[in-house]
Amino acid sequence: MLLLLVLIPLLAFAAILGGAKARQTAVIASGVNLVLGLAAAFSWKAALWGFTVPVLSTPAIHLSLGFIDGMSVVMLLLSVIVAFAASLTGTAPDGREKLYYGSSLLIAAGAIGAFVATDLFFFYAFHELALIPTFLMIGILGRGERKAAAWKITIYLGFGSLVLLAGLVWLAAATGTFDMIAMQDAEVIDPSAQKSIAAFLIVGFGILVSLFPFHSWAAPAYASAPAPTAMLHAGVLKKFGLYGLLRLAVPLVPDGLGAWLVPLCVLLLGNILWVGFVTISQKRLDGMLGNSSVMHMGYIFLAVAALVAVPEGMTNEWALPAAVLLMFAHGVSIAMLFGLADKIERATGTLDLDKLGGLAKSAPSLAFLFGLVGMASIGLPGLANFAGEVMVFIASFANYEPTAGLGPVQITCILSIWGVVISAIYMLRAYRKVFQGEVVPSTEEAADLGMTDRIPAVLLAVVLLIVGICPNLLLSLLPK
Amino acid sequence: MSLFPWILLLLPLLAAAANQLYLKRNAFIASMVSTGSVVVTFVIALVLWGLDEPSAASFSWMAVGDGVGIDLTLKLDPLATGMMALVTGIGMLVHIFSLGYMAGDSAKARYFTGLSLFMFSMTGIVLAGNFIMTFIFWELVGLSSYLLIGHWYQKDSAADAAKKAFIVNRIGDFGFLIGILLLFGITGTFVFDGMREGLASFEADHAAFFTENSAAFSIILGTALLCVFCGAIGKSAQMPLHVWLPDAMEGPTPVSALIHAATMVAAGVYMLFRVQLSIGEDFAFTFAGDVIAWVGGLTALFAALMATQQNDIKRVLAYSTLSQLGYMVMATGLGGGEAGMFHLYTHAWFKGLLFLAAGAVIYACHHEQDIWKMGGLLKKMPITGATFVTGTAALIAVPFTSGFFSKEAILHAAEHNQALFWLAVVVAVLTPFYMTRVIMVAFLGKPRGDDSDHAKEVRPVMWVPLAVLGVLAILSAYPGIHSIAPATPEHAGEFHPNALFWISLGALIAGVVPAVLLYRNRDKDPVSIPLFRERFYIDAIYDRVIVRGVQNGAAALVHFFDEFIINGLIVGGASRLAVSFGLLFRRVQNGNLQGYAFTFGLGVILVVYFTTFWK
Repeated sequence: MLLLLVLIPLLAFAAILGGAKARQTAVIASGVNLVLGLAAAFSWKAALWGFTVPVLSTPAIHLSLGFIDGMSVVMLLLSVIVAFAASLTGTAPDGREKLYYGSSLLIAAGAIGAFVATDLFFFYAFHELALIPTFLMIGILGRGERKAAAWKITIYLGFGSLVLLAGLVWLAAATGTFDMIAMQDAEVIDPSAQKSIAAFLIVGFGILVSLFPFHSWAAPAYASAPAPTAMLHAGVLKKFGLYGLLRLAVPLVPDGLGAWLVPLCVLLLGNILWVGFVTISQKRLDGMLGNSSVMHMGYIFLAVAALVAVPEGMTNEWALPAAVLLMFAHGVSIAMLFGLADKIERATGTLDLDKLGGLAKSAPSLAFLFGLVGMASIGLPGLANFAGEVMVFIASFANYEPTAGLGPVQITCILSIWGVVISAIYMLRAYRKVFQGEVVPSTEEAADLGMTDRIPAVLLAVVLLIVGICPNLLLSLLPK
Repeated sequence: MSLFPWILLLLPLLAAAANQLYLKRNAFIASMVSTGSVVVTFVIALVLWGLDEPSAASFSWMAVGDGVGIDLTLKLDPLATGMMALVTGIGMLVHIFSLGYMAGDSAKARYFTGLSLFMFSMTGIVLAGNFIMTFIFWELVGLSSYLLIGHWYQKDSAADAAKKAFIVNRIGDFGFLIGILLLFGITGTFVFDGMREGLASFEADHAAFFTENSAAFSIILGTALLCVFCGAIGKSAQMPLHVWLPDAMEGPTPVSALIHAATMVAAGVYMLFRVQLSIGEDFAFTFAGDVIAWVGGLTALFAALMATQQNDIKRVLAYSTLSQLGYMVMATGLGGGEAGMFHLYTHAWFKGLLFLAAGAVIYACHHEQDIWKMGGLLKKMPITGATFVTGTAALIAVPFTSGFFSKEAILHAAEHNQALFWLAVVVAVLTPFYMTRVIMVAFLGKPRGDDSDHAKEVRPVMWVPLAVLGVLAILSAYPGIHSIAPATPEHAGEFHPNALFWISLGALIAGVVPAVLLYRNRDKDPVSIPLFRERFYIDAIYDRVIVRGVQNGAAALVHFFDEFIINGLIVGGASRLAVSFGLLFRRVQNGNLQGYAFTFGLGVILVVYFTTFWK
């Protein structure tokens, strides 16, 4: 059954190439996938979802798909929800419908495949499959400095993928298998090898997730990417790196990660504080959103750090659910933000903060929805991101021993909480400049969201609210 | 019974949701839905208050393991139910007053949505059974305050004030969250009921460590409590985070009465007292108690000094609120949380009254707020004027008003700290001084402007709430009535002509007499102290040095390094390397999908090849 979830977008892609109506096909395919994804959330333990075909005998590589645990289910849900919203967002330039809608379908297929692959080779290959159309969309259909942005993201992620590939191959060699499930039962990897593998994985996955200081590809890429591409990459595909760390690095090379704990803490603080300040200095909404997305990755890395830092003989029940919940919440909220930013640009013709103002008057629905998701992204309770963030903070203190003083994770956590102030500053400032204050020429005649524009935004908003009010719905999918 | 308290919490949320989703275009129904919901919650609050140990069902909110997680639980002790009666009572009067005050506003539905959202959030803070819930609703009152301050968002000043309030509160929350986590690390729980036990077992488990390091326990607990106190510094607008509250007066005046005087800003004091109750006697033992008391005391003093030179009637009241909140915080820091809560309770009624009466004046004077353009209002608006004078009497602690009894309780709590006691007495001189100034200038004398000359008494929908609050401003501290207060110190509301009484009576006279002499029949302020008028230049320093200098400077600097070092050098090097990938780049540019797919396929083959040869 999981094969269907990958095949449907691929078949729709083929149909579009063959001349089917691009937009309709894309929407229908993503809609069917959304239904299937929701069905999977309720029945993922059933055997019918699994799928395996041998591809190569030496080394043994299988095209095998399945839910290793609930984390894959959550990631699948994120993928199908954002993919459906992305298919409804944005309009293709005339004559480029095939590329525009086809690429989104390919990105979705690749992301879904990567999250449900249980074979290391396909785990990697599906992600690469999704990256190519991302580069193309930015390079061909992007805005502004699209060529430079496409160039940069291609080099960066190409390099990251290369480093990652080395790490994964080493990992497969060390465990003697490509099967991601069998790996978990393999013999413990020798500590010195662990340390090297961990370094490759942190850098490789890290570049894909825009870990500081490998982050400068992200903001320009998202700023120039067409809306659905930015939504799919920032919302879904980027989470591949974090998923990979949690899925492979944490269980297989825990001691190796432990050796890099302090550097990891420093780098994630770079995401939160350094990039946070970069975000404050942004003068355009798209640049601000792109950087804010980079910044928030730091909190998910903090959950990883908390997981790595668990002392011998103790457990940290908070860290893994925290990371998964925050990945989901961030994915939904950033997708909604990029989708609505596109609407602002279409309505006013600009994303320059100094040229906007008073948009709430002419576009109240847009203002309401943007305000809601803006609040979500800065961690307002009742919305999903808060639940994730507060869990990350609790996770950082779950193994805290006051008489022994603050450990690296606690210190990192305390410093990273300053991020809640930073994010309030840039988000409220942007909201103030775009929606509040006096009406300016660009916003005077701006049109509010139409009915079809509202569907994706409202869908994502409802998801943020449901998960924010009742995080147990997602947490119940995760292993206890 | 067990779901009943949840209705109290959720009803205002339902009202807010209904207004936002369905009633946006029907402002009258929206205002009725909100007002109706607060009337019902007031009744529920009274019922709960009368019950002996009411209980509420709890729900699992965030479960991460066996018995590990966060539950949603409501705490229904006398502190919480008393506070609920206070919050819903004032909330109800403010809703009714708003029906008149906001009648002509084009966004009335949005206003009432905000009020309902606020009632929901405030109820949540009061009833929260654990720290995570407190924090959740803490943030949500911040949101509703943001929305209501920015109600007239097209005015730049209102939009800026809303943003400032939210961000300054977030700075407080930075410390608050750290404090919650540190306290969690110590006691092992977020639940208020389990903290005392958790603390005891923490002390017992590390008994050896603490006998060796005698100061350690006080330092560990005190640090956590001080961080928690940061939350109260933000929400209750204590120095140095007080700057948002005067600006928050940009919101509609009933909002200032409900949120920025009576309830939300008192949440910091409420939370501190809740922690004091949960932690037990260890609370005042640490150095944190002293710091808290001094922050409160200095805020009380400096805010009172600032109030003496303000000309905007709402700003005088705002600085007065800061000053009175400082009193409450000081008492709590000195271990007299009951006195702080008692003053919170009386202050809520009389300060709510003063703000609503000021609102009625502003309404009648066509949104004129400068007291020097008013004058003679007592004659023009006898009911409003009389209630304002009543509220003032309570605020300046005229004997036998509610404020008299609660201020005495505060002074009593400060008796064992000489410095703070005399500081509090100085504040008790300043308070009558600046309030008498307002009365002399705005309500007595001759009208000094067309607006005040033509002012008329407001409609009953506005003056009836004033009258009710006026009665409570006098009577609320008396035994019998004060049993509804969230907490009362011993002997509250009893009159003893002891030394304390003579000191506070002396302070009252020392404040009123000079103000009467100075401000009788004046057309402009005979006193000019720029330092006080400009609020000790704190706002200006924040804006120029911290926001524009440090924050924006740092942001620009970091941006520069990001752009030129990380991006320029590292990526610059990478792009030179990438020239050798030129073929790939051209394909990206041309959009040659097949070419790209070929390159990718080549990569895949290489991977397979590589892995095969690895073994």
